[in-house]
Amino acid sequence: MTTLVIADHDNNELKPSTLSVVSAAQKVGGDVVVLVAGQNCGAVAESAAKVAGVSKVLQCDDAAYANQLAENMAPFIEGLAADYSHIMFANTASGKNIMPRVAAKLDMAGISDITEVVGADTYIRPIYAGNAMMTVQSGDSCQLITVRTTAFDPVAAEGGSASVESVGAGSVSDKVSWIGQELTKSDRPELTSASIVVSGGRGMQNGENFAMLEALAEKLNAAVGASRAAVDAGFVPNDYQVGQTGKVVAPDLYIAIGISGAIQHLAGMKDSKVIVAINKDEEAPIFQVADYGLVADLFDAVPELDAALAAG
Amino acid sequence: MKILVAVKRVLDYNVKARVNAEGTGIDLANVKMSMNPFDEIAVEEALRIKEAGKADEVIAVSMGVSQSQETIRTALAMGADRGILVETEEELQPLAVAKLLAAIAKREEPGLVIVGKQAIDDDSNQTGQMFAALMDWPQATFASEVEINGDKMKVTREVDGGLESIDVAMPALVTTDLRLNEPRYAKLPNIMKAKKKPLDTLTPAELEVDITSRLKVVKVEEPEQRKAGEIVGSVADLVDKLKNEAKVI
Repeated sequence: MTTLVIADHDNNELKPSTLSVVSAAQKVGGDVVVLVAGQNCGAVAESAAKVAGVSKVLQCDDAAYANQLAENMAPFIEGLAADYSHIMFANTASGKNIMPRVAAKLDMAGISDITEVVGADTYIRPIYAGNAMMTVQSGDSCQLITVRTTAFDPVAAEGGSASVESVGAGSVSDKVSWIGQELTKSDRPELTSASIVVSGGRGMQNGENFAMLEALAEKLNAAVGASRAAVDAGFVPNDYQVGQTGKVVAPDLYIAIGISGAIQHLAGMKDSKVIVAINKDEEAPIFQVADYGLVADLFDAVPELDAALAAG
Repeated sequence: MKILVAVKRVLDYNVKARVNAEGTGIDLANVKMSMNPFDEIAVEEALRIKEAGKADEVIAVSMGVSQSQETIRTALAMGADRGILVETEEELQPLAVAKLLAAIAKREEPGLVIVGKQAIDDDSNQTGQMFAALMDWPQATFASEVEINGDKMKVTREVDGGLESIDVAMPALVTTDLRLNEPRYAKLPNIMKAKKKPLDTLTPAELEVDITSRLKVVKVEEPEQRKAGEIVGSVADLVDKLKNEAKVI
């Protein structure tokens, strides 16, 4: 039994989500092989080789994989699949995009967003925005899985000494071309791996007011997130969205400001260790999941909190 | 060009899902069912493309129990031209839905297929990608903007770091993200008209598709509930608790 973990990376860095996927793979048992497919991704492969518990790294350096296009990644992974009992991806936009394409090519089921490995063929995954947990058992010879990375403690990034083996590229699709990207720039930690997240909702009233949360986040070394309502209203970009259809986060501290707490939002943050809610509506559902609630106008409370943190 | 849109009948967005007494699924008896919200966005996008003169026909397809006809009628009331229901009482997993959709696409030969990026019931986020794989079409998933230029399509996609743009050759698949458009409401006269629009019913057997479930549902349980904590009186209290009790700052 061997699991192939598809590395999450940007050609420069191995993303921490990969460490959580390796952790899930170890729970399945057997060997763990990591695939690094990208362009000029040698440094990523070296990092992957150092990850604790990895027995081998496969590296494919080819322009076809520079942007992780599913049309190129899927046939390539399909070509490797015969050697593996499990193929695991992080439940990122890229993992979600590629995994089902590989699964269908192999005529296997896909198992999305697992939060627990019960056995080598049995997994738990949330359904209905996390309002229910479903245990599923697969009979497939190769199990295609995306892993909810916040549900698995990452393995150590150092300590391993796997060999790096070069593999040849697969077929390249002429039906798709990558044009460009517009990434949100931030010096702060990434939303899904930050240990503190400060999130704003509709109560923020406009995009300018998010500057208050940015200032707070700066002091806490936190990431800034948002509810769907705030993203739909155009206050902040789409990649801020926490929830059922956005990002799932589970930081040590989640501060929800001006967020009412729709179930779709709770689905993305209710596994945070400590939840703080600041909302002027004492009936807001967010208070039902908050460890500490403050019923207050955020335009008073946030500057006060900011000042208190600045004072140390 | 024809556009095929897949629509799924799901538990309404505003209804809280409850696990059934047997622990085998969600209780769907006597609860409001609606079209999956991401599929409403898919229907809307197809209609806008047609209204812009870039498509001739919008076909709404659904798979599942006979009541899924209502979901198709909703799409017809929004403006889709005709419907196709693949009727079955069996539970359908994403791979089976993708195969059924591929069988219909082979009959209808659309230039574009649009589906929601995920259904809000099982949250799998798989069907569109699987369909594209089976057809060997390019896939423009999580779309927030679609621009058709001749036989090509430029799609802006919502990705983890922000936005990404790709060009795909048509025929192609698009899955919708939240910001693609705001779906229209069906007007009453259109709801009446929709009742007269054609709706064909097929079976998986007629399409020669094996819909056997690959994943066995062992059980369905309520998640662990989070306990509500305490209401603090002031910002100073809050900071004190976070520092000294929770020790997170």
